[in-house]
Amino acid sequence: MERRVPLRLELHGITRRFGEVVANDGIDLTVEPGEIHALLGENGAGKSTLVNVLYGMLQPDSGQILIDGEPVRIHGPRDAIAAGIGMVHQHFMLVPVFTVTENVMLGAEPARGGPARLLDRQRARARVVEVSGRYSLAVDPDATVEDLPVGVQQRAEIVKALAREVDLLILDEPTAVLTPQETDDLLEVMRTLKAAGKSIVFITHKLREVTAIADRITVVRNGRVVGTTGPEESEDALAAMMVGRTVSLQVSKPPQPPGEPVLSVAGLAVNDERGHRVVDGVDLTVHAGEVLGIAGVQGNGQTELVEAVMGLRPVLTGTVHMKGTPLVGRRTKDILRMHVGYIPEDRSVDGLVKEFTIAENLVLNMYDTTPYGSRWILRPAAIASSAAERVERFDIRTTSPQAAVATLSGGNQQKVIVARELTRPLTMLVAAQPTRGLDVGSIEFIHRQILHEREVGTAVLLVSSELDEVIALADRIAVMYRGRILDVVNPQTPREQIGLLMAGVRGDSAPGQVGGDGADAT
Amino acid sequence: MSTTTSTTGGGGPRGGRHAPPPPFALRFLQQLWSANTVTVTVLAIVLALLVGAILIIIADPQLRTMYGYFFARPTDALGASWDRVADAYANLFRGAIVDPGVVARVIEGELPPARAFAPISETLRFATPLVFTGLAFAIAFRGGLFNIGVQGQAILGAIGAALVGFLLPLPVVLHLVAAVLAGALLGATWGFIPGFLKARTGAHEVIVTIMLNWVGLIFLGWLIVQAWVADPTRADAISRPVDESARLPRLLAWLGPGLRVDLGIVLAVLAVVAVAWLLRRATFGFELRAVGLSPDAARVAGMSVTGTYVMVMVVAGALAGLGGMTMVLGPALALTPAVIGNVGFDGILVGLLGRAKPWGVFAAALLFGALQAGGNRMQVSSGVSLELVQVIQALIVVFVAAPALVKAIFALRAARARSIAAADGGHGW
Amino acid sequence: MTAPDTVPATAAVAEPARFWTRERKAGTGLGVTGLVAAALFGALASDRPAAFTLAETTAGDTVEINGTLGAVVFGLLAAVAGAALWAPRARRWFVLLLAAGIVAVVVSFLCWQLSRSPQNVLPLGNVIRSSVIFALPLIFGGLAGTIGERSGVINIAIEGQFIMGAFFAALVATVAASVWFGIVAAAIGGLLIAALLAMLAIRFVVDQIVVGVVLIVFALGVTGFLFEQLMAPAPTRYNAPSRVPTWEVPALSDIPLVGPVLFRANIFVYLALALVVLVYVGLFHTRWGLRTRAVGEHPAAADTVGVKVLGLRYLNVLLAGAIAGVGGAYFTLLATTNFNKGMTAGLGFIALATMIFGRWNPVGVLLAAVFFGFSRALAVYLGSIGSPIPSQFLNMLPYLATIAVVAGLVGRARPPAADGKPYIKG
Repeated sequence: MERRVPLRLELHGITRRFGEVVANDGIDLTVEPGEIHALLGENGAGKSTLVNVLYGMLQPDSGQILIDGEPVRIHGPRDAIAAGIGMVHQHFMLVPVFTVTENVMLGAEPARGGPARLLDRQRARARVVEVSGRYSLAVDPDATVEDLPVGVQQRAEIVKALAREVDLLILDEPTAVLTPQETDDLLEVMRTLKAAGKSIVFITHKLREVTAIADRITVVRNGRVVGTTGPEESEDALAAMMVGRTVSLQVSKPPQPPGEPVLSVAGLAVNDERGHRVVDGVDLTVHAGEVLGIAGVQGNGQTELVEAVMGLRPVLTGTVHMKGTPLVGRRTKDILRMHVGYIPEDRSVDGLVKEFTIAENLVLNMYDTTPYGSRWILRPAAIASSAAERVERFDIRTTSPQAAVATLSGGNQQKVIVARELTRPLTMLVAAQPTRGLDVGSIEFIHRQILHEREVGTAVLLVSSELDEVIALADRIAVMYRGRILDVVNPQTPREQIGLLMAGVRGDSAPGQVGGDGADAT
Repeated sequence: MSTTTSTTGGGGPRGGRHAPPPPFALRFLQQLWSANTVTVTVLAIVLALLVGAILIIIADPQLRTMYGYFFARPTDALGASWDRVADAYANLFRGAIVDPGVVARVIEGELPPARAFAPISETLRFATPLVFTGLAFAIAFRGGLFNIGVQGQAILGAIGAALVGFLLPLPVVLHLVAAVLAGALLGATWGFIPGFLKARTGAHEVIVTIMLNWVGLIFLGWLIVQAWVADPTRADAISRPVDESARLPRLLAWLGPGLRVDLGIVLAVLAVVAVAWLLRRATFGFELRAVGLSPDAARVAGMSVTGTYVMVMVVAGALAGLGGMTMVLGPALALTPAVIGNVGFDGILVGLLGRAKPWGVFAAALLFGALQAGGNRMQVSSGVSLELVQVIQALIVVFVAAPALVKAIFALRAARARSIAAADGGHGW
Repeated sequence: MTAPDTVPATAAVAEPARFWTRERKAGTGLGVTGLVAAALFGALASDRPAAFTLAETTAGDTVEINGTLGAVVFGLLAAVAGAALWAPRARRWFVLLLAAGIVAVVVSFLCWQLSRSPQNVLPLGNVIRSSVIFALPLIFGGLAGTIGERSGVINIAIEGQFIMGAFFAALVATVAASVWFGIVAAAIGGLLIAALLAMLAIRFVVDQIVVGVVLIVFALGVTGFLFEQLMAPAPTRYNAPSRVPTWEVPALSDIPLVGPVLFRANIFVYLALALVVLVYVGLFHTRWGLRTRAVGEHPAAADTVGVKVLGLRYLNVLLAGAIAGVGGAYFTLLATTNFNKGMTAGLGFIALATMIFGRWNPVGVLLAAVFFGFSRALAVYLGSIGSPIPSQFLNMLPYLATIAVVAGLVGRARPPAADGKPYIKG
């Protein structure tokens, strides 16, 4: 099918339900030829559902898609590609053990002549070289994908789409895993593509990127279009449209002098599963009554740092002490019993046993201590009564404490974890991405809980890839990049400067700096 | 390409189109379907018996000839098929639960009372090892492990029990206790290996247990021809018999010597109670279930996932070993290459059918025991060979494992869902 | 802010050097094994000579070596190969040294066995030929497993496909009086079980291991039942297939070792070898293979470029079933000439082991199958000459070797990433 370039896309009244939930509710959207159109919205606003409908991964319950004025039905990715639509998914759709070339050719493999129709790798490779050259997307066609850094993998994804001659490219949360530097590179690539006449649908919840690149912005909330506007709109206004009310991430945080050091990490080095160094000589100190925030782009070793502190990951070298007691080599169970609370990053995988009841999850790491049980035997009555009390206190919305956690909403699931960790006396709280993917109400609730711990003198180690969250909660901010703490700054530091640090760019003696080279400030 | 748009309203959920409430009968059916464990199990049994009936008909040469002229005289073929199948399944029932004819004659005094209890006794006897092996699969399953090695663990259990049973000269009660424990111990050893390898090296337990099944079987084949094991009075591959003092006493021996049900069934019930208690009330059970459902969350909560794997497999192996023990200290009384029959593999089916719940396993074991006891009767009296029972058992588990398949076959739920979708979604796509 | 400096990419904290490399581990293992072999086998061997001949019979020219001497020398050779693996540049010679070491251990073992046996000649031609024959079903089964798992579907039910294939082959070859129809019917028999597997595992998303186990019981039950009801009463009508013919290529079949294997062979040998080549080329050089592997590693990625994930899985499972079914025909048209209940005797599980040992690669499957076939052939031969070691322990070898592989004791096997995981869209 021969297509005219460029392409004009219209969506009319797209509705898609999942059971009772209406993920998309009559969405209208128009993407003009050669336009970068940002789709802005909170997590769960329905952006991903919409683009999956557009790419044929989901079928809408009603509504219409028009390309160049012609109604089309998109039953699957094959139809989408044929219609000139390509997509770069949030979680890359690359086969890790394949080379870049193999990934690009998959689904549209060139074959050599002859009866055997063997794969023509040379032709496929030439195509990769040609496409990556044309749009300045540097990528080695012969590299195995799993060996490539995230930014390069993303380029391979874009090459994969462009090699199929698409005219409209959907980028689903493309910057979530990128450093600010890589993000800038991506924005540059997007400009190049636009110059070549491609349209781009750019999905994000980050205001700054939207205003930097988009020609038009459509804001989505609760499955509906709130409005479409231009990049001249102020960030505050966009934020208000996105969340439905004026947000203030300002939380009241009375100044409070830090107490004695509680957690001291020195020279810590940790490898990931594949033997790559991900924590590389980290020094940190967290004091009683202080929130130490770790800022950084996801994937710079924060996850592994926290896991190493919690005894969940072997430590190569270095020490971790809590109030003088070494933690390295201790079992997670013992660390938890030393009055350490832990809110893990991935609540549905690491924080909860979803098929267990709320009551069981509330004692998941304390089931063999009084009053819930002893070394050998559980005390169901004690577990149940404590659960009833905590469900009440933390306002966990459920029919019964004996309901499975899987029946709860994301916010209420996180409340179960918070209720579990914060209802016992703590010396230290380790909170990793405590509000990721939650609604604003739950976020505020959890922020209050964390600050309450700070008030009562708990040392809090907070890891978050949302810089705003770190700035709002932390007393000091440690910026992590490629496994190292580049600097420790105070929260009044200009966010541009923190952003540069997150990109691995270290300025000399900038204002607002508290500590030296990754050292603590006591 | 074209598409239609919604013409009624904005396509939102506020369109005010409500399907009328379904009539009572439909609601009742819906509840019947959604209470699906029992319903599906019953329907699965019915379906499996139907397929079994078809096999009986296919395998009968006379019936095949009759179907040759089916269109000339269809009633002949259908009537004869019905008779054949009804006869077979009636004998299955008589052999498994109760034979009314025999009961009548017992009441008349023509037969000794023991005869009336014989079917139940046989059912319980066949169920005994299956309770253990079913639990061995189920408890590992709850701990997130696929214990395909029940057969091998049961073989080792039989070996342990038998060796103590005829090698150690111990006094009466003590000898039985020692033999039982030896069975559990050797089974546990065979379970420990895959658990340990999984914990230490991540070796997939399915592969390791499958391989260990055959290692165990080959080891048994070697063992029973050794001079210190083999029965000197026999030319075939069989070990010396277990001493009288190490045999499981028969519970109904006072009624008649033919009633084979023995102490094993009592031990089996105790095992069910113990496993049920373990899963619900013991900290180990809590850990086991957490690890089984979400090893990551369990680890983060401070549980030792690897340690739990090892312990689970040790317990599972011990249970399987006890299953093998009940074979060699019960009906078999000596080691042969086929001493435990198929109780290990059948235990997997029992565990699945019982949905890995202790009392579910018990019920499933009773069902399988009944099918086997009845199958023997069916083979003798109706000439339908015992393998049919194996087919029926496999099919029951297939249907139970794929409830959607059962529902699709009975088509009720699916049809209903379609009609509602049609009523509700009268627009677009 | 002054000139920004970017953080260097090299690690700040030095890695503690890894001492136990693959070569050193293997070398130590081999060295210890060699020394143990030299000591143990040397002590157990007698001074009678151990003789080897390339022929298929014990007659003819032999190479003889004193039993004790042979056991000690070859054990030490293995130890030397192990020590060589510690040499600085051993990486390049890894496979060669390891292979040489293993062969030396085997020879050391044979020196002991033969010197203690009444019949002290080992006809290598005979052993190799029966190794290949024993390997045949494993090749078919291993390839079947490979095709399925490469696309993400675990096929534990190879045993079930074997027995169905064996049954159908015997039945149809007898009724139609043609082994060729028998082989086709065997493929269909395997296909039937595969179709059930595909439907339950893919359509109804039942756990693939559960389905596999249940289907084995089902297949054993159905064939056993039909055997009792149908074949046992009238064996000549339903259960008397003839053997597949052996084709001999005149001159070539006289080549020592290789000749009898390749040029005095039957349809199964040629089919197996052809399939190894076909599946290898197919998997790594065709569109089907690229897509199959993509679906087995990352089905969502394949789906987003328009590959029909479930369709490909159906196709591969059915294809695998047909191949395994043909492997089943081996039992009734070559190994014996009648069907019997449970006659596959767990070889379906060794086929599974073959697939793992061969690392989901057709050529690996071939090598693994021949290795397992060799251990079986050796067990049979040593048993027949009254060797001192019980044949059972040699028969355990494939199973123990597989456990060693999955436990990573000798290199780790990595299955396809999406193996056994059902694919649900969205």
